[in-house]
Amino acid sequence: MANPIIQVENLVKSYGDVQAVRGVSFSVEEGEVFGLLGPNGAGKTSTVEILEGLRDLDGGRVSVCGLDPKSESRALKHEIGAALQSTSLPDKLRVMEALRLFSSFYKRRRNPEELLKRFGLEEKRNAFYSQLSGGQKQRLALAMALVNDPKVLFFDEPTAGLDPQVRREIYDIIEELKREKKTIVMTTHYIEEAERLCDRVAIVDHGKVVALGTPRELKTRSGGATRIEVRLAKPETDGALKNLEGVADARELDGAYVIHSHRPPKTIVDLVKHLEAEGNELVSLEIASPSLEDVFIEMTGRRLRD
Amino acid sequence: MTNFATLTRMRIQLTLRNKMFLFFSVIMPFGFFFLYAGIFAKGSPVGVRYLLGPVIALTVMGSFWGLSAALVMFREQGILRRFHVSPVSAGDMLASSIVANLVLTLPTVIVEILFARFIFHVTDFGNFVSAFLLIALGAMSFASLGLVVASVTNTMQETQVINQLIWLPLIFLSGATIPLAQLPLVVKRVGLFLPATYLVTELQDAIFWSAAPWSRDVLIALGSLVLWALLTFFLSVQLFRWEPESKIPRRAKLLVAATAIPFLLLGLWENKSSRTISKAQAMMESLNAPVKSTPPPDSANPPDLPR
Repeated sequence: MANPIIQVENLVKSYGDVQAVRGVSFSVEEGEVFGLLGPNGAGKTSTVEILEGLRDLDGGRVSVCGLDPKSESRALKHEIGAALQSTSLPDKLRVMEALRLFSSFYKRRRNPEELLKRFGLEEKRNAFYSQLSGGQKQRLALAMALVNDPKVLFFDEPTAGLDPQVRREIYDIIEELKREKKTIVMTTHYIEEAERLCDRVAIVDHGKVVALGTPRELKTRSGGATRIEVRLAKPETDGALKNLEGVADARELDGAYVIHSHRPPKTIVDLVKHLEAEGNELVSLEIASPSLEDVFIEMTGRRLRD
Repeated sequence: MTNFATLTRMRIQLTLRNKMFLFFSVIMPFGFFFLYAGIFAKGSPVGVRYLLGPVIALTVMGSFWGLSAALVMFREQGILRRFHVSPVSAGDMLASSIVANLVLTLPTVIVEILFARFIFHVTDFGNFVSAFLLIALGAMSFASLGLVVASVTNTMQETQVINQLIWLPLIFLSGATIPLAQLPLVVKRVGLFLPATYLVTELQDAIFWSAAPWSRDVLIALGSLVLWALLTFFLSVQLFRWEPESKIPRRAKLLVAATAIPFLLLGLWENKSSRTISKAQAMMESLNAPVKSTPPPDSANPPDLPR
């Protein structure tokens, strides 16, 4: 196997008394899209910002493009491109000026005109940053991450706060980069995003990697069971639902019951019979094919959404 | 182009697009100029020449105000973070602020001089070289002061409060508004600890009394300003923060006290020698004397004054 372009071993980061990252390890191969999936506050951003050389680590070892982000941060910054979270540009900076300004900082440069075209910002070339919509700002952020034709790209929550239409535009852009064999490390708390874009995903919770693998691997690891989510008129004990036919696992989550089943039709029939016998009623029922959300629920007992 | 050069160009462009800049760096200084020249000096060429030093000093010192605010805003909005993932250094960022400020301040000063020449008929501007050096170093050192203010304050509100606290003594105790010679002795003594006092007095010395750049007093002022600028710049690089949420440690705030050292020492010495106070007095007296604005026989040995 080729040498990994990013290596993270036992990474630890604290802010005062709060341990944000507690022993994270993973490696990323060249040309891979690697996702850190987890809820807000799981330590994804801290991890990525340490890799970018923006923050110092408190323990463990990291290497990016064979460089130490702390001691060789200047050299590293020439090799990476990043779209950060909670960042901005001066209001009165024009789109083209921003691209030219940032590309001037690098030894290796890509043509800003070409980036402008590629990210659909040609019409906005002379617009002030403050005049851009959320989606345009994000496209500019991605374009700016590419000005130095970087070896590794970091996208921190690239679609957070964007509407679904714009989000799909961003997916298309990232998929195109993926076809070009760019190495991308991205963080997200959207299941769909991780499944669609990432070659491999590390599921992160409370500063730890709780599962790591390709989306397919992770889903089969959780048994490939279908999720049946029900709301009931009266509370039910978990134990009773676990005994239904075909059920692998059942638990209560925020007032609903999440049942993982290998034989959904059988389980549903059995469930209805059981509820009738108990004098209980179904309020709602949802069926979802296995997703990374189920892996997350299984590993942490919680949902991924905020 | 180097990072420093492209950043400087960006800062100049952004400042010119900012309406606040127009107010603070153009309208306000010109307002002061006409107030001083038209009302205080009653439009007399000698009076205008006498007051040109203080009014230019005000323009130059105003630098620190906008610079600290701009930098804190950049940090608060997460703009600095974006630069942090690029190969830009803190030094590039700060040095470009200082140079951009200088480039933007000089035209305002030049226009003030042109106003004095063509509206108020001032024909003699004393020693241009001394004045230029004082203006340039003054603009750079007060810009560095702004950078230090930005580095020790965490929020925009804090920055504005500190700016006010610095600005008021700078303009009222230095001779920039009320001539040093007219201030009570206690206030004069306090003023001797302020960089502004030397900038005001020596600019006046250069323009009104044609002090040469190599004269002792101009050299002392230039030397102290350079030393002070280097200290404040060095410290603002050390304390520079890219992240909005990173706060300044308490003990770092104490370090900032170190930047006061050059003018603390100069102030102690000046309080003993009364050199600057006597000169301010003498300049004022020569303004009122029947023989207009003749340099004194020897500014190093001023007439005896009550101490």
